[in-house]
Amino acid sequence: MNEIRDIRDILEIVENDPKKDMQEIALLSGCSEEEVYSCIKELEESGIIRKYKAVIDWDKVGEEYIYAIIELKINLDDRAGYDNIAKRIASFNEVRSIRLISGDHDLSLTVRGHSMKDVAFFVAEKIATLDQVHNTMTHFVLKTYKEDGVALFDMEKPKRLVISP
Amino acid sequence: MKEIKTYISNRVKQTPPSGIRKFFDMVIGMEDVISLGVGEPDFVTPWHIREACIYSLEKGHTTYTSNSGLIELREAISDSFHTDYGVDYDPHDQILVTTGVSEAADLALRAVIDPGDEVIIHEPSYVSYKPCIIIPGGKPVIATTTRENEFRVTKEQIEEKVTEKTKAIILSYPNNPTGAVMRKQDLEDVADVVIENDLLVISDEVYDKLTYDSKHTCFSSLNGMDEHTILLNGLSKSHAMTGMRIGYAMGPSEIINAMLLIHQYTMLCAPITSQIGAIEALNNGGPDVNAMVREYNRRRRLFVKGLNDLGLDCFEPKGAFYAFPSITSTGMTSDQFAEELLTQQKVAVVPGDVFGSSGEGFLRCSYASGLDELKIALERMGEFL
Repeated sequence: MNEIRDIRDILEIVENDPKKDMQEIALLSGCSEEEVYSCIKELEESGIIRKYKAVIDWDKVGEEYIYAIIELKINLDDRAGYDNIAKRIASFNEVRSIRLISGDHDLSLTVRGHSMKDVAFFVAEKIATLDQVHNTMTHFVLKTYKEDGVALFDMEKPKRLVISP
Repeated sequence: MKEIKTYISNRVKQTPPSGIRKFFDMVIGMEDVISLGVGEPDFVTPWHIREACIYSLEKGHTTYTSNSGLIELREAISDSFHTDYGVDYDPHDQILVTTGVSEAADLALRAVIDPGDEVIIHEPSYVSYKPCIIIPGGKPVIATTTRENEFRVTKEQIEEKVTEKTKAIILSYPNNPTGAVMRKQDLEDVADVVIENDLLVISDEVYDKLTYDSKHTCFSSLNGMDEHTILLNGLSKSHAMTGMRIGYAMGPSEIINAMLLIHQYTMLCAPITSQIGAIEALNNGGPDVNAMVREYNRRRRLFVKGLNDLGLDCFEPKGAFYAFPSITSTGMTSDQFAEELLTQQKVAVVPGDVFGSSGEGFLRCSYASGLDELKIALERMGEFL
């Protein structure tokens, strides 16, 4: 097993399709099944592979999810740096992602709720009230076109000739 | 009035028709066909390249370009060969941008062939070399490569075919249809024959980026070979840009000039939109190429194992995106196998003999299709067998 290159290859295969079984990953990566098994086990244990997830188009299901991107300005106090405040905010189930960003704001959150009211209350009661948060800007998401590298719209696949030299 | 066909030139009448025509006609109207018969990537041209083309149209770049191609493109080509292979071509008089590698091959052959000249081709090989030798009055001389030698052409096979009329050898590696590659040592052996007999090499390396085991060796990078080589390449396969039709020829300025002479009267220039896309591809398309190669490699492993598991003996192809399994164990001819597979299981492949009579007993299967499609194709082939 050519360590680094093969590990990256295995990760790329798993990232694109977590449903692939060991046998197929071995076949596609050119490694043995044992190698893939121990490699993946190590990647999972070391936290490189965090979780296996599906990208779901909830709009198509008809599920009434409301997403909002919320940008926060943070006043750092003596006790807590960005990491501490980010980890506190990340602990809410409503928060789907949280990032430290450059520009006018410091943290950017993606929040999911079942209604605009849900999300608005969450921001007003749980986020804006935090001591270090001194400004919030909430953008409600109207439509998601691409999520995690996956397009959520259908595009006609260009046709190739069936036979060509 | 005379019969219409009597107007057609004898040279064209002598040109063999393409063997894939029949399959082309057969698949018309057929539904649910899984095609392994395609000589082009299934990827769409990366978006940033398409976008560069769109911007150029918005800005109104719809003119002719210099006959040789946009100088920015020739510079980008020159830089990429310097970086990739350490070979240097002057963008001003040693590079000609063509409408695909097909045009470049035609120009190279027409620029060097006088009637009666012999050109050695290794077969199985791409379908257009032979006709492009015949049309200007040359004589194709076939060196047959074998499965036993993984379809690499040897020094001895070439030496055997050299006569005083031999003008050039066409090398085509990584190879369509076999997926074969030449190791550096194999190419150095060919270079010896070239020096001994003072020959010209037309090296079509359009699949150079698609190798899976070792890095490709550019023929003109070999000691003393730059003066003997017309190097052909293009962006069709590496950057999934087949329909954009961008190829190029590089070589000694006298030969490039001779090719330019024909090109300026017949093609004038390659389409400017595509040339602009090609500049973007060469300058910023490296990561796309690498990602596609990684994906082809996965498909290659799955597909070649699948064929061998079905009992179709397939050597490991180390370049391009073709597998070339033997079907002799079935007792069928290539043509018969391909036709019955298509009508019974709706899987399209190309019979090996289309690429020269030595391809009889083999099939060309392109694995430039998604993994799921390849799996279904293998299942259907299993049913068929």
